[in-house]
Amino acid sequence: MEMLSNLWLGLSVASSLTNLGYCLLGVFLGTAIGVLPGLGPVATIAMLLPLTFGLPPETALIMLAGIYYGAQYGGSTTAILANLPGEPSSVVTALDGHQLARQGQAGRALATAAIGSFIAGTVSTLLIALFAPALAAVALQFGPAEYFALMVLGLIASVVMASGPLLHALGMILVGLLLGMVGTDVNSAIPRYTFDVPMLADGINFVVLAMGIFGLGEIAANLENEGERTLLTRKVTNLMPTREDWKRILGPIARGTALGSVLGILPGGGAALASFGSYSLEKRLSKEPERFGKGAIEGVAGPESANNAGAQTSFIPMLTLGLPSNSVMALMIGALLIQGIQPGPSVMSEQPALFWGLIASMWIGNLMLLVLNLPMIGLWVRMIAIPYHFLFPTIIALCAIGVFSVNNSIFDVYAMALFGVVGYLFRKLDAEPAPMLLAFILGPMMEEFLRRTLLFSKGDPSVFLTRPLSAALLSVAAGLLLLVVLPSVRRKREEAFQED
Amino acid sequence: MALRIRSEKDLGSGLLYLLLGSAGLSIALDYGFGNAGRMGPGYFPMVISGLLLFLGVVTLARSLLIEGSPITTVNWKGLILVTLSVCLFGMLLMGAGLPVALAALILVSAKASEKFALGAKAIAAMFGLVLFCALVFVKGLGVPMPLVGAWFSGILAP
Repeated sequence: MEMLSNLWLGLSVASSLTNLGYCLLGVFLGTAIGVLPGLGPVATIAMLLPLTFGLPPETALIMLAGIYYGAQYGGSTTAILANLPGEPSSVVTALDGHQLARQGQAGRALATAAIGSFIAGTVSTLLIALFAPALAAVALQFGPAEYFALMVLGLIASVVMASGPLLHALGMILVGLLLGMVGTDVNSAIPRYTFDVPMLADGINFVVLAMGIFGLGEIAANLENEGERTLLTRKVTNLMPTREDWKRILGPIARGTALGSVLGILPGGGAALASFGSYSLEKRLSKEPERFGKGAIEGVAGPESANNAGAQTSFIPMLTLGLPSNSVMALMIGALLIQGIQPGPSVMSEQPALFWGLIASMWIGNLMLLVLNLPMIGLWVRMIAIPYHFLFPTIIALCAIGVFSVNNSIFDVYAMALFGVVGYLFRKLDAEPAPMLLAFILGPMMEEFLRRTLLFSKGDPSVFLTRPLSAALLSVAAGLLLLVVLPSVRRKREEAFQED
Repeated sequence: MALRIRSEKDLGSGLLYLLLGSAGLSIALDYGFGNAGRMGPGYFPMVISGLLLFLGVVTLARSLLIEGSPITTVNWKGLILVTLSVCLFGMLLMGAGLPVALAALILVSAKASEKFALGAKAIAAMFGLVLFCALVFVKGLGVPMPLVGAWFSGILAP
């Protein structure tokens, strides 16, 4: 019954008027920015992050979580109505969702997405409440060797899950680790890679990096194919699914929720893989697989539930281990660090209000999405209809102001411009920037854990293999790496990411 | 088998890894390697740079062996204008103030689009955005950005 009392504590924190208000604001703003074509959750969160700096930690995190769900739902809306998935996890939603919209069934698709997300969100919130404390208890036993091994596993997993070529994902990880080294070394106080620039003494600000690479770089890339947009501006009607629809969608929602919850916990997993996996699963299980791609409501229900469940459970490793499993969680960790909280297993015991408040607000946020978004669909349609040439200068302006406000530093504005160029070049080279951001956040932690491990073992690296838990984690990582190098698995993986 | 570039993308990333790896390695040489038991500040960076160099060589080799796709045309105009607009914002913010800096950012970046035309609608939208940012960020959130920059303070001092 401890779980219930914990959830009760969480609900009482989350339902304070201030927190409720910021959760609502987060969901609203997240959806508003998230529906804008070409802006995924990472860019949306990075852009809106500065809004939370002045808030107390739990309010800030609750608002950010709201922004995340909002951005994700907004992305699905754009995928369905305009066939413009803003992020990998809504790519599959666009396949059938947009076909439904073309047949005048946009309302059904949007409602199904919202209902599926809500059910998935409710179930996975309960899962977090159930499993997070147990995982945190295990994590308290972790020594530096285990942490290092876990981070290696996380990075390798993110390579496997990345949609681009493997070699490039590995390269991006190393580049990210190297970028993470910029700044003063904590042990020797020697500035590394700072080129005598005092502004770099504290390292590269991750908001600057994320906004440059995901915001500006994305815009420069989007400007290449302007004008290929088919927005269905017809009025969205017939919101409620019919009895027939309910029959069709309940199975996919249940399976999507289960699949997404599991995949979300895995390091490197999260929303994107969950939605791809759910789509292939539903197609395989369907009695009429030929309907998929031509407007099958199951193809919206499954992936949308899966990506929401995955988005939710990816908070588990972040909150209990302090490990981001994807770039959104990397941003969340950055936000926690800015608030002066070191994410890890002790957060739950030392800051129960923050921890349980966040978990309760996840559910409240999902409820808000359901009640807020369907009535407001008219507004979202109008936001999607804003022409891109009006939109992108606005986004650049908000990025510039946002980055400046982090440290009130003009230097950060220039640094963001530079990372914009870098991000664009990465895209040109097919190098996916998400693993890089992850490695950037993990880099300094990995160095520290490696250093501590080898200090205790007097330089003997075999300690990684003699400690059972770290050996297990490392062998899973090695196994994953071997697996993807095998040609047959590689082909499967490529297929999974090209489901169209 | 004649050696020729088969994948421009691999070639590009290979060169990038080699460049970053060698820069990372040569700079880290000054930091002190230490040993595994007592890592110096250069230990981890050097290991990473070394791995990056290795990956660079592998990727370069791959670019000669495995067929890949060419790099699509770089949209220099868009890239340069977007970057320039952000830099202009940085240069103008303190001196000229937020409204001028924002206007410069918007006008320059909008040029990157084929479809943008400076009409009444665009100007109205720009004024709206400037007003919104001034109200929300400066008045509402208290971000220390001057509305009237230092350059004009003599003329327009309140």
